[in-house]
Amino acid sequence: MDDLMAARSQMALSLGFHIIFACIGMVMPFFMATSHFFYLKTGDLNHKNLTKAWSKGVAIFFVTGAVSGTMLSFELGLLWPKFMEHAGPIFGMPFSLEGTAFFIEAIAIGFFLYGWDRFNPWFHWVTGLIVGISGLASGILVVAANGWMNSPSGFDYVDGKYINIDPIAAMFNDAWFTQALHMTIAAFVATGFAVAGIHALMLLKGRNVAFHVKAFKIAIIFGGIAAIIQPVSGDISAKDIAKRQPAKLAAMESHFETTKRAPLLIGGIPDEKNKTVDYAIEIPGALSFLAHGDFDATVIGLDQIPEENHPPVLVTHLAFQIMVIAGMIMVGLGLLYFFAAWRRKSWLNKKWFLTLFVAATPLGFIAVEAGWTVTEVGRQPWILYGFMKTSEALTPMPGITYSFLIFTLVYLSLSAIVIFLLYRQIKSVPELYSDNHSKKSAEPTQ
Amino acid sequence: MLYVVIIFLCLSILLYLLLGGADFGAGILELITKSELRQNTRMLTYKTIGPVWEANHMWLIIIIVILFVGFPPIYSALSIYLHIPLLFMLLGIIGRGTAFVFRHYDAVKDDMQKVYNLIFTYSSFITPFFLGVIAGAMVSGDINPEATNFFDLYIAPWTSFFAISVGIFTVSICGFLAAVYLSGEETDQHIRRVFIRKARLLNIATVVSGGLVFFAAYIDGLSLMIELITQPVTLIILVLASLSLWLLWHFLNKQKTNQQKAVASRLVAGFQITMILLALGYHYFPDFLIMHNGVNLSLFNSAAVGKPITTLAWALILGSIFILPSLFYLIYSFQKEPES
Repeated sequence: MDDLMAARSQMALSLGFHIIFACIGMVMPFFMATSHFFYLKTGDLNHKNLTKAWSKGVAIFFVTGAVSGTMLSFELGLLWPKFMEHAGPIFGMPFSLEGTAFFIEAIAIGFFLYGWDRFNPWFHWVTGLIVGISGLASGILVVAANGWMNSPSGFDYVDGKYINIDPIAAMFNDAWFTQALHMTIAAFVATGFAVAGIHALMLLKGRNVAFHVKAFKIAIIFGGIAAIIQPVSGDISAKDIAKRQPAKLAAMESHFETTKRAPLLIGGIPDEKNKTVDYAIEIPGALSFLAHGDFDATVIGLDQIPEENHPPVLVTHLAFQIMVIAGMIMVGLGLLYFFAAWRRKSWLNKKWFLTLFVAATPLGFIAVEAGWTVTEVGRQPWILYGFMKTSEALTPMPGITYSFLIFTLVYLSLSAIVIFLLYRQIKSVPELYSDNHSKKSAEPTQ
Repeated sequence: MLYVVIIFLCLSILLYLLLGGADFGAGILELITKSELRQNTRMLTYKTIGPVWEANHMWLIIIIVILFVGFPPIYSALSIYLHIPLLFMLLGIIGRGTAFVFRHYDAVKDDMQKVYNLIFTYSSFITPFFLGVIAGAMVSGDINPEATNFFDLYIAPWTSFFAISVGIFTVSICGFLAAVYLSGEETDQHIRRVFIRKARLLNIATVVSGGLVFFAAYIDGLSLMIELITQPVTLIILVLASLSLWLLWHFLNKQKTNQQKAVASRLVAGFQITMILLALGYHYFPDFLIMHNGVNLSLFNSAAVGKPITTLAWALILGSIFILPSLFYLIYSFQKEPES
């Protein structure tokens, strides 16, 4: 493995790891605050227990997200010093603000976790909500910084120098809104379905039913609504990418030749050498419509882009397909839940129904990882789209492979420990939050 | 506006050393505490540092962000030439942060606790050690961009006697701060005495390892000592720090029987460390990275020009308006009454 590949792999690994924790860290507090709200309103102990149980999850994910985020802020320099030397001052604005948001989150989480019975209950509730809001703000700001890498703005590039820097214009680059919207909703989908899936599994086991029913309901309502609206933001993103990064769209869709009335491909395996796609279902004109809102519009293919600037087509295409398929399944499950809650309440505690949601536990995160693969791999070979190639940004220090190996080990062990901790956390719910009176009632109270 | 950014940078470094330092120190203390008192130290650490440790860690993030937005050549050079110690420090940060939370939030208390404790204590030691090593390497003049082999480029700058001794000095400072801080939190008089004894021992260790830094500077051919004691300002600062040693021991003595005196000890301990940092900061300002070829990266010649600095300064000012009062309230709320 050469240093460039090692550095890219390390970055991908770090981001891939961080994204999971960051998503949960920014969405779970809202679930927690919702449950907390019901407890404060009704005094229902199940909601109090649920709030406490979730807050432990929030603490674990917050810290893992925080350390992996810290690692990223170092790794940007350790792996891509040449990029950071130029980019730092330009896209630093969202990072500076993110520092503030993150700091507030850290303070609020201190208040929330250690503040039970110490403060006015509603003040305590608000600190929990602030954890969520500032986490969300951090996420949006960091995505805005990534948006700048896809859509550089706020500077003039003259004779190899970046001058007339305007950090505010860089922050509000053309991509920031679509990317942040898509990512924020994705975080809700992924976390909602993951949390719902875990509680559905507990419901199948039939213990602490009242507790898990409440948990499942809160999580799936958040996740389901987010899943149903996500295709809209996906459509906005597609149109945006068609305009700004035609190479990325072409790679996503394995669109090798520029054509009018371009078909949308479903599935398929691109053959990069012969510039063909095997085994795909084609919907005529649909790509033109999705990209430009017109079935007859011309969609730029990879033939219009110099060969050396082609992103890896196979990876981008497959990742895109995976994201869309996972997303669609979750739209279906979301609709199914709301239909059941509205018309078929008896389904809610049926084995097949719960099993479906258990199976969907990882789907949201698969979609998130795949989506980021599309964004990042689809931008290659550029680190700063149109201005700086990833290879030009690499650190001169040799031996990055070793660093990659060390971090792989660290991430693997951290993941193992977190899974282990969650397993123990969930397993001990009966002892910690047992509620004898509601154990028997298997009927979900919708 | 550049000065606003520089002030925030210096303040963040100071606060990271004081608050984050006390934080790391708690782990170091645990490492050097006899096994029968370890559980006690652990609980005390959890109680006092639990609510604020994540906030303490944030100062580091602020430092990193200020560096890459405001002084990108410094950030870039550090990342390249001190890649390896930064990596070690990073591993320490990961190990410490996660172990701290894991050991308190694990639903089951069993042998896994031993693993968390092990990771927590050793990474509490490793992180400040490499932080010090990095700081030492930055001012030692051993970073040599013109070197041609791997050892001279990426190993030599941070393995000098001087850099290592700054690492040891930093570890002592953290341990010392934590001992003083925790001794003020302990309500049991007997255990408080143990902490006070540790605070004194670590204070001596700080002074001795501070001496080691000067000795190492002498051996490595750096004129640190001569310069510090011939500049009137740094000399005065160092004399003040030394004189306050007497005050510290006096208050620690009082604190044995009266917990209320803890505030005074803490203030003096904080004062001493602030003075040391001030003397060094004054001595080196505005240079931040002293290179082998004499072309130093300073806070002036490495600053980003124009708008990035202005917007960064505003972001910092704005941020501090939100952060400082709430941080103060957080620390205050968990100070005012003992945990029930």
